[in-house]
Amino acid sequence: MSTATDTALKAGPRPAGGIRQSVRDSLVVAKRNLIRMIRIPEVVLFGLIQPVMFVILFTYVFGGSIQVGGSISSQDYRNFLMAGIFAQTVTFATAGAGAGIADDMHKGLIDRFRSLPMARGAVLTGRTIADLAQTALTLIVLAGVALLLGWRTHENFGKILAGFGLLLLLGYAFSWIGALIGLSVRTPEAATSGGLIWLFPLTFISNAFVDSNKLPTFFRHIAEWNPFSTTVQACRELFGNLPPGFQTPDAWPMRHPVLASVIWSVVILLIFRTLAVRKYRSAAA
Amino acid sequence: MPGAIYAEGLVKTFGDVRALDGVDLDVPEGTVLGLLGPNGAGKTTAVRCLTTLLTPDSGRATVAGIDVLKHPNEVRRSIGLSGQFAAVDEYLTGRENLQMVGQLYQMKAKEAKARAGELLDRFHLADAADRPSKTYSGGMRRRLDLAAALVVSPPVMFMDEPTTGLDPRNRQGLWEVIQELVAGGTTLLLTTQYLEEADHLAHDICVVDHGRVIARGTSDQLKARTGGERVEVVVHDRERIATASEVLRGFGKGEVAVAEHTRKLTVPVTGGAKLLAEVIRELDARGIEIDDIGLRRPTLDDVFISLTGHAAELADEGNGADTEADTELRPGHGARSQHSPAAGSRRSPGAESQRSPGAEPQRKKEADK
Repeated sequence: MSTATDTALKAGPRPAGGIRQSVRDSLVVAKRNLIRMIRIPEVVLFGLIQPVMFVILFTYVFGGSIQVGGSISSQDYRNFLMAGIFAQTVTFATAGAGAGIADDMHKGLIDRFRSLPMARGAVLTGRTIADLAQTALTLIVLAGVALLLGWRTHENFGKILAGFGLLLLLGYAFSWIGALIGLSVRTPEAATSGGLIWLFPLTFISNAFVDSNKLPTFFRHIAEWNPFSTTVQACRELFGNLPPGFQTPDAWPMRHPVLASVIWSVVILLIFRTLAVRKYRSAAA
Repeated sequence: MPGAIYAEGLVKTFGDVRALDGVDLDVPEGTVLGLLGPNGAGKTTAVRCLTTLLTPDSGRATVAGIDVLKHPNEVRRSIGLSGQFAAVDEYLTGRENLQMVGQLYQMKAKEAKARAGELLDRFHLADAADRPSKTYSGGMRRRLDLAAALVVSPPVMFMDEPTTGLDPRNRQGLWEVIQELVAGGTTLLLTTQYLEEADHLAHDICVVDHGRVIARGTSDQLKARTGGERVEVVVHDRERIATASEVLRGFGKGEVAVAEHTRKLTVPVTGGAKLLAEVIRELDARGIEIDDIGLRRPTLDDVFISLTGHAAELADEGNGADTEADTELRPGHGARSQHSPAAGSRRSPGAESQRSPGAEPQRKKEADK
């Protein structure tokens, strides 16, 4: 091999490399995705309408007929429900991440990125960061709507912020599952439907909309160990939204929901980030 | 010393399909290699292996002297890739796209901004620079894609079918840009289905089919391999075809091909212009009125057919310059193919069906991108 070229190469400017380069590249890609969100506002808008619709449907259709803890009052159900809706909103956002990445693959943009001397995980990290920003915006609007509809918290501001922090962490971890799905399917359409299907059992076999104590034994066990339920339970505690007469289940994650929620989210994040970045590197489009 | 792009025994399989079946390439610095072949021949796979997008199953390759398998990230700093699809973000403006790519090539934000401005001017995109690229025409998008590949003025460029789907005017424009680049010392590997394009741009040509290089050389060398020139005559009066055919047989070195409905006769000859003059005199002496006559030298289309036994599949692209040659070369289109000895024997049904099972999935794979 030509030594002359090698020397010339070493003499040239080297990229920063390491973590600094990863952060910088991820931010460049995140900026790109945020610009896209601003130019295609309907995506953000539909992402907002769906959870607002869920809040209205659940509060007015089921509120007053579902018993949570020892209460059947619709105000108690409304307070109980909101943590579930928030958590469902952050997880449903994962389908968007998957579809976006599948679309980039489809259009050849991933090839472009992969041919550039950039940090390995930056394309996916940039995308998931941009999605996190969108999720945060959605949560703010949704919380506003919930307050208008009569949702009330009963804890201090710090705890409430911590609750939203857990929700965003869960959403961020889940967006890596979406990224992996997006890299694994052939078309953006498949990523959208493939990204949604598994979310229905995940969010419904849980404590999000009903009191898990009232579920049949089999489903009760699933619901109590469901990572999604853990975050919901943690938020209810942090928001002071547990209904009067609520019996905390015996399952460990339900007894230590905040810690369990952090553990679950970090584990999911590490596993799926590793898998997604590996898939990205070998993505044979 | 190996060239700026060097590959030895590249093999890549997708399931049962050997997309690359032992490809060797050597492109000297500052030259253009044209990788010529039909859809599914393995051109794109070769480019993807050399640009670090795919890992070959076996073989080795260096680009700008750097081992592609051992130091992919360093290779990425020395190459520019312009793909079959215009890989730009359609919701970003032209300027934003170029700035992003510059920053991802590890330029500072300010540098990337300045470079984007330069490239937009150079590629005549300055007026559209701040519009989302979604609003660009096909040719503009292709120019933007090429500009993105040139952000760091890489010493080695890969272009995968840069002009596929472009109208002749835009294609001409892109050719000029490519020629400028090469004049500036860039080494280029270009894939194309357009024989005319390889003829026009490439110093050396590798003809690829079924993942193998089946011929290589300069355009002239390849043409020489295909054999000599032919006389083509279009007679005015259909009634006189038989007589004209008899005349041509006297001068020719092979069978006379007759296309009844176009009244065109073709015969392989040796002897060039002098012989052509004789043919004209003889036809005149027999009172045969002619609409057109000419000496035709082999084109790369002819080379391709004689090498692969099938025409390069390019008619569906509807590209002006190639369409005429292609229609003539399509099997079963016009009488000529039935008579041409070279094409006739190779274009047997067996050869066609042998090709399809392997080629189909690969084509799909490349199309799926």
